[in-house]
Amino acid sequence: MIEAKGLTKRYGPVTAVQDLTFTVPPGQVTGFLGPNGAGKSTTMRLILGLDAPDSGTVTVGGRPYASYRRPLFRAGALLEAKAFHGGRTARSHLLCLADSNGIPRTRVDEVLRLTGLAGAARRRAGGFSLGMSQRLGIAAALLGDPPVLMLDEPVNGLDPEGVVWIRTLLRTLAAQGRTVLLSSHLMSEMALTADRLIVIGQGRLIAQATMAEFLAAGSGAAVTARSPQAAELAALLAARGAAVTRGDRDALTVTGITASAVGELASQHSITLTGLSEQQATLEERYMELTRDSAEYRAAPAPAPAPAGNQ
Amino acid sequence: MHAATPAPRAGTGLLPLLRGILRSEARKLHTVRSTWWMLLAGFTFTVATAALLGALLPAHLSISQKTTIDSVRVSLGGLHLSQITAGLLGVLAITSEYSSGMIRATLAAVPQRRLMLSAKAVILTAAVAATAIAGCLAAYLVFQAFLPAGDPMRTTLGATGVARAVTGAGLYLTVLALLGFGLGTALRSSAAAVAALFGLLFVPTLLAALLPQAWQDRIAGYLPMNAGDAIYITRPEAHMLAPWTGFAVFTGYAAIALAAGFTLITRRDA
Repeated sequence: MIEAKGLTKRYGPVTAVQDLTFTVPPGQVTGFLGPNGAGKSTTMRLILGLDAPDSGTVTVGGRPYASYRRPLFRAGALLEAKAFHGGRTARSHLLCLADSNGIPRTRVDEVLRLTGLAGAARRRAGGFSLGMSQRLGIAAALLGDPPVLMLDEPVNGLDPEGVVWIRTLLRTLAAQGRTVLLSSHLMSEMALTADRLIVIGQGRLIAQATMAEFLAAGSGAAVTARSPQAAELAALLAARGAAVTRGDRDALTVTGITASAVGELASQHSITLTGLSEQQATLEERYMELTRDSAEYRAAPAPAPAPAGNQ
Repeated sequence: MHAATPAPRAGTGLLPLLRGILRSEARKLHTVRSTWWMLLAGFTFTVATAALLGALLPAHLSISQKTTIDSVRVSLGGLHLSQITAGLLGVLAITSEYSSGMIRATLAAVPQRRLMLSAKAVILTAAVAATAIAGCLAAYLVFQAFLPAGDPMRTTLGATGVARAVTGAGLYLTVLALLGFGLGTALRSSAAAVAALFGLLFVPTLLAALLPQAWQDRIAGYLPMNAGDAIYITRPEAHMLAPWTGFAVFTGYAAIALAAGFTLITRRDA
């Protein structure tokens, strides 16, 4: 469980994160969505106590992360793929981290196998591809077999097989009851992996909901209704506050109302429906809609770059 | 609540924690090739210079020169080179973590930043002290071995100040590495810290030369390089501090740099 309350972080004149309050519950994969520079990486650094917030608090498992001795048993994180000394072998890198937390070397070999790096364990990590570096970062995050995992853009540089692998891994870890926070700006990947979403833009919270709630909310779910009395139905729908677009002859595309409400309305007014269907909005459409609606987000000409933000 | 609540292998007390962090920092130092190169280079510079001086110098000095020269200091002439590798090693022990990004993994694993820094300093001290003292002793012995029987430059480790000078030279290199380590921690950049370190060693001496002679005489002993050199001088020199006084002053410079590093590391974002 990760709980953030009123997190605010400024770097000089730039406010990277503002009054961010959210909860990342156990047993699910929570997706952390936002454009580059929205403050995702900053938030993760704040969670790990690497950066100190200007105000607000954040706890991991009920306590500030930095208050733990041997925190690798509490939470594991992948922040940036190449956060290792290129001259060390993959295994040495992991052993350095394992030693500091009293993690046995058998576990180091285990995470190397788990991440498919066993064959490259004794190679210098400086020569690793981005994908292998990501795997090494994930191996480091898994070292303490922690109940909380945080991964910043883990699929960057992974091949399709690697993408499926990490998706399966994260789903499995969440199913075991762990808290998984996954940041990405890849909507399609997020839609497949996450159960819940935290969306931020310009350092502010835009939405926090389950994936289903997120997709269902707003005008995103579009209903297509067909009726010989299309004009009459359109007027009724408009009166209910729905946005109606006339399609060909008898088709209407309606947003802001559910399909069942359209059906009910039609039956109340003895309007014949020859077709009624609902198209769930995609995550991408909902995301674009939300960030478009965010006044602060639009007002700025470009997302403010947070120092050392996402790449 | 969740499936896995693994327990650390070691106990949860402060001592096992510290032991783990020390082991981690020792591994960090010895699993990087540059460490070995720098230690080897430092040792080689020290000993090879002594061998070279031992082979060439006796034939070029008069008897009166040989009787007045500080032969122990001469045999440690390689320090002018090996101080560079010792300083670099100290700087890189911390700045390589910043340049690679490893520092964030390190601090996520050990959020007790000063504990981590202390462990690093202890490991660095042990590594440099062991090799530097061994190197200085070897340099002294090699130089002496080259001297013909009856040469006035011959001396023994038992003679006044010789053992202190030889081990002290190793300590000087160790403190120099710690000075670099403190600067590296405070500045977080290899280039900046190396510039600051060698600037601190050489620039005050150059600037002091611009002062009136009386002032120069008064402050000369306190300049970082001169204060550091005092420990391996066996014949009193004008305007130099006494060996241990000089060493204390030099250690003071390192302590200031370390204090800056220890203060800043908890105040700054990683």
